[in-house]
Amino acid sequence: MVAISKIATGNGHGENSPYFDGWKAYEANPFHPTDRPDGVIQMGLAENQLCFSLIKKWVMQHPEASLCSAEGVDRFKETALFQDYHGMPEFRQAVAKFMGKVRGDRVKFDPDRIVMSGGATGAHEMVAFCLADPGEAFLVPTPYYPGFDRDLRWRTGVQLVPVVCESWNNFKITRNALEAAYEKATKANLRVKGLLITNPSNPLGTVLDRDTLRSVVKFIDEKNIHLIGDEIYAATVFMEPEFVSISEIIEEVECNRDLIHIVYSLSKDMGFPGFRVGIVYSYNDAVVSCARKMSSFGLVSSQTQHLIASMLSNDEFVDSFIAESKDQLSKRHKYFTWNLSQVGIGSLKSNAGLFIWMDLRKLLKEKTFDAEMDLWRVIINEVKLNVSPGSSFHCNEPGWFRVCFANMDDHTMEVALSRIRTFMLKHNEAMVPRKLCRRSSLKLSFSRRRDDLMSPSIMSPHSPIPQSPLVRART
Amino acid sequence: MAAMSKIATGNGHGENSPYFDGWKAYETDPFHPIDRPDGVIQMGLAENQLCFDFIKKWLIKHPEASVSTAQGVNKFKEMALFQDYHGMPEFRRAVAKFMGKVRGDRVKFDPDRIVMSGGATGAHETLAFCLADPGEAFLVPTPYYPGFDRDLKWRTGVELVPVHCESSNNFKITRDALEAAYVKAQEANLRVKGLLITNPSNPLGTILDRDTLKNVVGFINEKNIHLIGDEIYAATVFMEPEFVSISEIIEEDDVECNRDLIHIVYSLSKDMGFPGFRVGIVYSYNDAVVSCARKMSSFGLVSSQTQHLIASMLSDDDFVDDFIAESKNLLFKRHKYFTRSLSQVGIGSLKSNAGLFIWMDLRRLLREKTFEAEMELWRVIINEVKLNVSPGSSFHCHEPGWFRVCFANMDDNTMAVALSRIRTFVLKNNEAMVPPRKLCRLSSLKLSLSRRMDDLMSPSILSPHSPLPQSPLVRARN
Repeated sequence: MVAISKIATGNGHGENSPYFDGWKAYEANPFHPTDRPDGVIQMGLAENQLCFSLIKKWVMQHPEASLCSAEGVDRFKETALFQDYHGMPEFRQAVAKFMGKVRGDRVKFDPDRIVMSGGATGAHEMVAFCLADPGEAFLVPTPYYPGFDRDLRWRTGVQLVPVVCESWNNFKITRNALEAAYEKATKANLRVKGLLITNPSNPLGTVLDRDTLRSVVKFIDEKNIHLIGDEIYAATVFMEPEFVSISEIIEEVECNRDLIHIVYSLSKDMGFPGFRVGIVYSYNDAVVSCARKMSSFGLVSSQTQHLIASMLSNDEFVDSFIAESKDQLSKRHKYFTWNLSQVGIGSLKSNAGLFIWMDLRKLLKEKTFDAEMDLWRVIINEVKLNVSPGSSFHCNEPGWFRVCFANMDDHTMEVALSRIRTFMLKHNEAMVPRKLCRRSSLKLSFSRRRDDLMSPSIMSPHSPIPQSPLVRART
Repeated sequence: MAAMSKIATGNGHGENSPYFDGWKAYETDPFHPIDRPDGVIQMGLAENQLCFDFIKKWLIKHPEASVSTAQGVNKFKEMALFQDYHGMPEFRRAVAKFMGKVRGDRVKFDPDRIVMSGGATGAHETLAFCLADPGEAFLVPTPYYPGFDRDLKWRTGVELVPVHCESSNNFKITRDALEAAYVKAQEANLRVKGLLITNPSNPLGTILDRDTLKNVVGFINEKNIHLIGDEIYAATVFMEPEFVSISEIIEEDDVECNRDLIHIVYSLSKDMGFPGFRVGIVYSYNDAVVSCARKMSSFGLVSSQTQHLIASMLSDDDFVDDFIAESKNLLFKRHKYFTRSLSQVGIGSLKSNAGLFIWMDLRRLLREKTFEAEMELWRVIINEVKLNVSPGSSFHCHEPGWFRVCFANMDDNTMAVALSRIRTFVLKNNEAMVPPRKLCRLSSLKLSLSRRMDDLMSPSILSPHSPLPQSPLVRARN
């Protein structure tokens, strides 16, 4: 018997979670408009596919951005040899400028604080290694991105303690919830080293309001613990209210800046997850220095640094891209949520991200996570959509699902919506008698032509849970 | 006070080692033929700069290799979105094929065992995380690459125990040395989980002979510990004897070995000269390790843009065959020129046939046989001779007086400048040297040095000197 490490034989990689079962179903039978029209549609992957035409146009107009074109090849050698963990100055300058523009130029980022990492995945792990010892803990508001369990804990030995947020107040991060989590950690003999917030939120698609941000900064400052702000979705804020970054708040409130760190990446805002452009931005010099040394384990390919430097230093392109991306996301979001509301499906009101937080609580046979998993299997196997169940995001309440909308073309979106409609129709028919009135009018609606259904002037909004203020159907 | 981790506040990053002082000297005053002709010449960086014209020619002919050219842009979106940690199939196939060709097609590599990492730096750390728990240990023959101290230990908590190799037998890895290290580890209550060998060797520039390899495999198999073979310099073997890879040894009939113990670290940083592209590879014969390393590769995947470029380049058989041959040829020439010129001034080095550096023997220039004396000599070399070379102590060499000097990271002109500085230094040093009994040789040396530089280069004129006549290991070149 050959011994390998505990890390290797354990489950810290997180892939035994149900979150991955949907993936497997998708991979076994992926949707394709012509080859596999009945395949599973991927709505579990938060990708931004809406802006590639714009990007492609720019790429074609700028051959010098490539090291392999006639215009760029003279820089091939220099770039291929460049392995300095400080990163190319032009790359850091371009990324810092982009980060500023994404925040409406309300703050400036210092290129010398830009540290590279192997995607945001590597950035999170790196920050954990810098800030906490094995056995120490970070607080994380729920629901949160499942990858954190692996990125922050697996090889570091750091623990995560949930800050439980609830649907009754739109999953706001309250002072009480923070204190409760802190206390719970302390009781469990876990030394809390920091708080990790994702803003805009994955999976909620919402932004933190100014008061909450100040409250959070005040909390960490008082407790003298670090604040890690994952702002990976910063440029996906497609609607009011405006995004407020941690980088802005610390200019307004009193706070020890040595506690403030931002994780960023181009994977969501630009749609470049394959390029592995992760960024750690810290206001703490010692952390910058340490992270930079650690970046050797996950530097950004110099070929990619060169491309990104070219692209993001082009102000016109960046300004157009940011505006276009918001516009496309806004349209797609509106279309998707409005159509869902037409069939009685609501979601948390959101203005950012590449997904919605869908409310299917009324479809659960009972208010349990088992029922949520049952419903999820139905959605995957019958409706043939891979969506992500709320439990995989550590949501404390069953019935919520994250559904991505920006990773497909218009046609696929149509197919997905028609499958949802069919499913809801069947479901409503199977529903209990007291809903008969609404059901008749619903049936009536469905007998109309699809075009009519789309028209905002005809349908009145439904709220799937009339008693809850949080879910709002779209007109 | 904002508390950080112990890992962050400690010295595990290794940058406080003297190895980095030479870097700092270079960075403040780097040589440039026109702007800074008196600057420090970088001979401490093992880079392969000799083949770029060749590569550039291929690139110009193959614009489709890039997703950012007109010819390749239709694949841009697909590449930009591709983040599957299995890696692109075409990338894995091309790398597997390349690895095979570098070994003369004597073995085949399975594309499904190719796992990506953040350079070889990331590959080593990943394997340490996969194979050992904090506090457990790997054995590493000395002298070894200083980066291992950081890559294998820093964030993993794994320990390294040196296997001492000695100049008396050309730093061979002996069974005795392996056993001694193993025992030492046990005495220190360290559980040994594996042995890490670098073949071809950094800093020695030599390759392990077949017997040593079999010996090593026999040892790890008996002890049931892992064998990690860092073969990052595989394509830099420019001369006989031929490179023998671990992948070949385990196929031999008379070698019994549990393949679950065998792992190879690879990269394109040295063989191709692409350190900036961060193409690290973990190749394991152990399925559980492949699976775990693949999951860990999320922390250091190769940029899909780069995967695409490499896939195009390395699947072009003609290019690969020509590149491998051309690279060997240029390395051979440069190595020969460098070592011969050094021998002309009485500087010898370990006889080597691989790598991007030589293991220079300056033992006789030490004021005394200590590492302090080595550091003093090193400071002289940096500050007076203005060359950044790497002192043997930074490689954990057991014996003072050895220096690793890189020769493939500069153009011909810079090489000539470096050599002339060395000549000047040796001349000054010989004038200042002690023992009368060396006087004869000294006179003849003076005589030789007064000849024109061109004559010095000519192989027909000078007879070889051995700086240490008593030691068989250092051989000046003809």
